[in-house]
Amino acid sequence: MTRVNITTPLSDEIVKSLRIGQQVFIHGVIYTGRDAAHKRLVERMDQGKELPVDLKGQIIYYVGPAPARPGKVIGSAGPTTAGRMDAYAPLLIEQGLKGMIGKGARSEKVLQAMQEHGAVYFGAIGGAAALIARSIQEATIVAYPELGPEAIYRLVVKDFPAIVVNDSFGGDLYQEGKKRYALE
Amino acid sequence: MCQEANYKLADDVVNSFKRSNETEVSQSGKEILNMLVENAGIAAAESIPMCQDTGVAVVFVELGQEVQVIHGNLVDAINEGVRKGYLEGYLRKSMVKHPLARVNTGDNTPAVIHTSIVAGNKIKITVAPKGGGSENMSSLKMLKPAEGVEGVKKFILDTVQAAGPNPCPPLIIGVGIGGTMEKCALLAKEALLRAVGEPHPLSDIAQLEKELLEAINKLGIGPAGLGGRTTALAVHIEIFGCHIASLPVAVNINCHAARHKSVSI
Repeated sequence: MTRVNITTPLSDEIVKSLRIGQQVFIHGVIYTGRDAAHKRLVERMDQGKELPVDLKGQIIYYVGPAPARPGKVIGSAGPTTAGRMDAYAPLLIEQGLKGMIGKGARSEKVLQAMQEHGAVYFGAIGGAAALIARSIQEATIVAYPELGPEAIYRLVVKDFPAIVVNDSFGGDLYQEGKKRYALE
Repeated sequence: MCQEANYKLADDVVNSFKRSNETEVSQSGKEILNMLVENAGIAAAESIPMCQDTGVAVVFVELGQEVQVIHGNLVDAINEGVRKGYLEGYLRKSMVKHPLARVNTGDNTPAVIHTSIVAGNKIKITVAPKGGGSENMSSLKMLKPAEGVEGVKKFILDTVQAAGPNPCPPLIIGVGIGGTMEKCALLAKEALLRAVGEPHPLSDIAQLEKELLEAINKLGIGPAGLGGRTTALAVHIEIFGCHIASLPVAVNINCHAARHKSVSI
């Protein structure tokens, strides 16, 4: 696996340089969001209202972190299943979202939107939540605090470990990986 | 118990990561298995949950029939324990009160409680926090008896194949065969409580577990779904008698964070 450092916000050049199978270390600001927050964001877009965060060039990390112990920035924070956000993701990609971090396969519609608008889906290791939390240096709630673990957090990360699962050219590491190791 | 189950991954699970690392052929698969061992170490050392999804609190109670519970209600006491454990232990609150209205209860109650009456004068309580990602990929089917063991195998393999990378492989596959619909689902859940890789006492069922594990690990899904030969760490099957017309099969998928903690009082 080749290892690449990337810093947010993501430019089109960075997005186009990424290929499936690359291990990346992400640095800078990323935003969290899962089911309930996505629903609210898309509802606001339907009403023609401005979003509480500008998603242009940004990465959304699909996560509902555990509460922080006193003195800690955040609790354990591994990825949640991305497929539950598939209904909302194409709209956010149209708005300029450039990256998503999660686990599990994406729908055809999401993959199409990623190719059309240039976006990348990164896989984080599901369940490696205590390890991943070590790469999170700051965490601030920026929208929907009433949603608890589903609120939108602004995270500052350093060396956040992820793998390019779907690139902006239609590549799919889940399919490729399975094909390579399947027997019979 | 909720806290300990979430902070400390049992040795049988961690050892199964290490064993799988020796046989895994994918380099990324090996790295991921190492990360999971490291992750379990950090969680235990810092008293933080190994996974942010600290689950639905599934609680099994084996109540000795000579025991009388006094000064209150057992269900209320369990929910109070869950509330306290999750609030004081910095565990995530993942339960909504109403499945359609979807407002978080804020304390991870209600627990899902399964009580059985057994012989004796003790109470055995097992807490098995269950993550949503793997629970969502679980499935149940009422097969025709004519479909037999081949039908059972096909349904299990199809379920794991369809789940793909979503339920956080490497997995533990709990299978229930027989009973009624709800009994079958419960058997699958109970199968997950066994130590990883401990075979069923019946030799034909143990053989079926072995065959299924081999077949699942040929699917190529691998650790984190990125390709490899460690898609499952174990297949555990529980069986029960069933109606002459029925062959129920339930597959309850568990992620690698296979958590359970028991006490007897």
